[in-house]
Amino acid sequence: MSVISINKESLSDIIGNSDKLVKETATSRETTVPKVTAETAQVTRAKKAGSISIKAYQFFKWAIPPVFGILLLVAIWSLISYQSPNLPGPIKTWNSAITLFSDPFYDNGPNDKGVGWNILASLQRVGLGFGMAALVGIPLGFIIGRFEFAAKMCAPVISLLRPVSPLAWLPIGLLVFKAANPAAIWVIFISAVWPMIINTSVGVSKVPQDYMNVAKVLNLSEWKIVTKILFPFVLPYMMTGVRLSIGVAWLVIVAAEMLTGGVGIGFWVWDEWNNLNVEHIIIAIFIVGIVGLLLEWALTQIAKKFSYE
Amino acid sequence: MEKANADKYVQLENVDMTFTTKKGIFNALKNINLKIKEGEFISIIGHSGCGKSTVLNLIAGLLQPTEGLLFCAGREIAGPGPERAVVFQNHSLLPWLTCYENVYLAVERVFGSGAGAESKQQLAARTHAAIELVGLTHSADKRPNEISGGMKQRVGIARALAMEPKVLLLDEPFGALDALTRANLQDELMKIMAKSGCTAVMVTHDVDEAVLLSDRVVMMTNGPSATIGEILEVKLPRPRARLDLAENAEYNHLRREVLQFLYERHAKKVA
Repeated sequence: MSVISINKESLSDIIGNSDKLVKETATSRETTVPKVTAETAQVTRAKKAGSISIKAYQFFKWAIPPVFGILLLVAIWSLISYQSPNLPGPIKTWNSAITLFSDPFYDNGPNDKGVGWNILASLQRVGLGFGMAALVGIPLGFIIGRFEFAAKMCAPVISLLRPVSPLAWLPIGLLVFKAANPAAIWVIFISAVWPMIINTSVGVSKVPQDYMNVAKVLNLSEWKIVTKILFPFVLPYMMTGVRLSIGVAWLVIVAAEMLTGGVGIGFWVWDEWNNLNVEHIIIAIFIVGIVGLLLEWALTQIAKKFSYE
Repeated sequence: MEKANADKYVQLENVDMTFTTKKGIFNALKNINLKIKEGEFISIIGHSGCGKSTVLNLIAGLLQPTEGLLFCAGREIAGPGPERAVVFQNHSLLPWLTCYENVYLAVERVFGSGAGAESKQQLAARTHAAIELVGLTHSADKRPNEISGGMKQRVGIARALAMEPKVLLLDEPFGALDALTRANLQDELMKIMAKSGCTAVMVTHDVDEAVLLSDRVVMMTNGPSATIGEILEVKLPRPRARLDLAENAEYNHLRREVLQFLYERHAKKVA
């Protein structure tokens, strides 16, 4: 009721008519109501249009810089490919990508498989190596963070081995496992294990003394200390380690597979280089980038879920 | 045996405490002797850095004395234990657990294991009772970051009391709270202590708080090598009402005594 009366006034203001008209509209309700609703509808429509334009503005503000960045990249790429005719340009690569992804899962024997199989093979290796690294690295990180003796014992070994390029471990893997595939997984393991050990142990060593005093006063068992205090506190640190690890693992897989061969995105790159199919190499670079991005994004989402804050 | 211990339920005998720091050996406490009666409320007051929290941590068993002995109920204090519950200054609640779960963790440890292990229902009942005692039943399922500072400290007190300790140790329990909340909690603590009748040792730097709550106020000299300067008996009848005491001559006299000790006889030199 009040809404209608307000609108009546505003209606009269807008139309700028005399009291006569106001009286008329006031007396004949049947005519007033449709007029008022028409008026309010117009107002809300205007408001909606305003909010849409704001949303569009925000969307463009968010989307334009990255689009520009990618366009710039493509432009530089075209320029270089124009100067050096051996490098295929964006359009050629795009067409090649379309034919490639139109049949990603064909299988013509071990040396000629679809790109989908290659990606899956690499992901499987990374998954195995990374999974084992998590199984070893996270508990080890807890032990190192919890016990000073273990920390001092492991410190020189970690500082010595951590800076070693992951590929330097490949010959050792080949020697011990006598096969290419476990050797590649071994390289992933060794490169992914350090961030998890280090981040987990840093997290454990940062547990506030207050919480440990609570544990002491309550006389909690070691199991309760780990499950109720250490684990929840360390989880964010651990997830950082996991994210760094998966990044490193995905970084290393291409190089490892180039050396070991078989099926996999890294081997595929090398194979296409031997075929001088440079479009496919560029496509592979994009694939590696995009898959790495997705892995990172997925883990960030998981990390957000586990945060207690 | 019980009778003999009643006068020295908690006992500190010639306790010395030195810390080895980067700058060398620091002698924090020297020759501390203190006997605390069963059911007594003791405050330890002194300037900051005088080692009053160290005394509390020694009784809690979180620190071991360099020299001397500590006893609780006739047994030497060898380490922390649930019979000496601590209320920490910054509440020290685990932020990933609800208030209920924080208290339950303590209850479960004390009553849920060993020979007389209680059932889950009994443990839950104890937890609810402790939370009700501090008036937080409505917030039991909230996490510490969802409640106010005063409420957090209440949960801290509930957690300590739920363990049914022989001695309750309070380390500047209300130091981080605003004056109004602090006064409220002091009143509630007095009521709770009257109900439970357990022995309490509180570290504080608040003169009013010390006199209001305590049976005796232990005043410490300044460090290094801090020791007990004087012990003041507070013979005000209980229950004590904050408003009545404001004009009570005895209360004001005691307050003045403590202030004189702190600001005349043992004034802290300004560095």
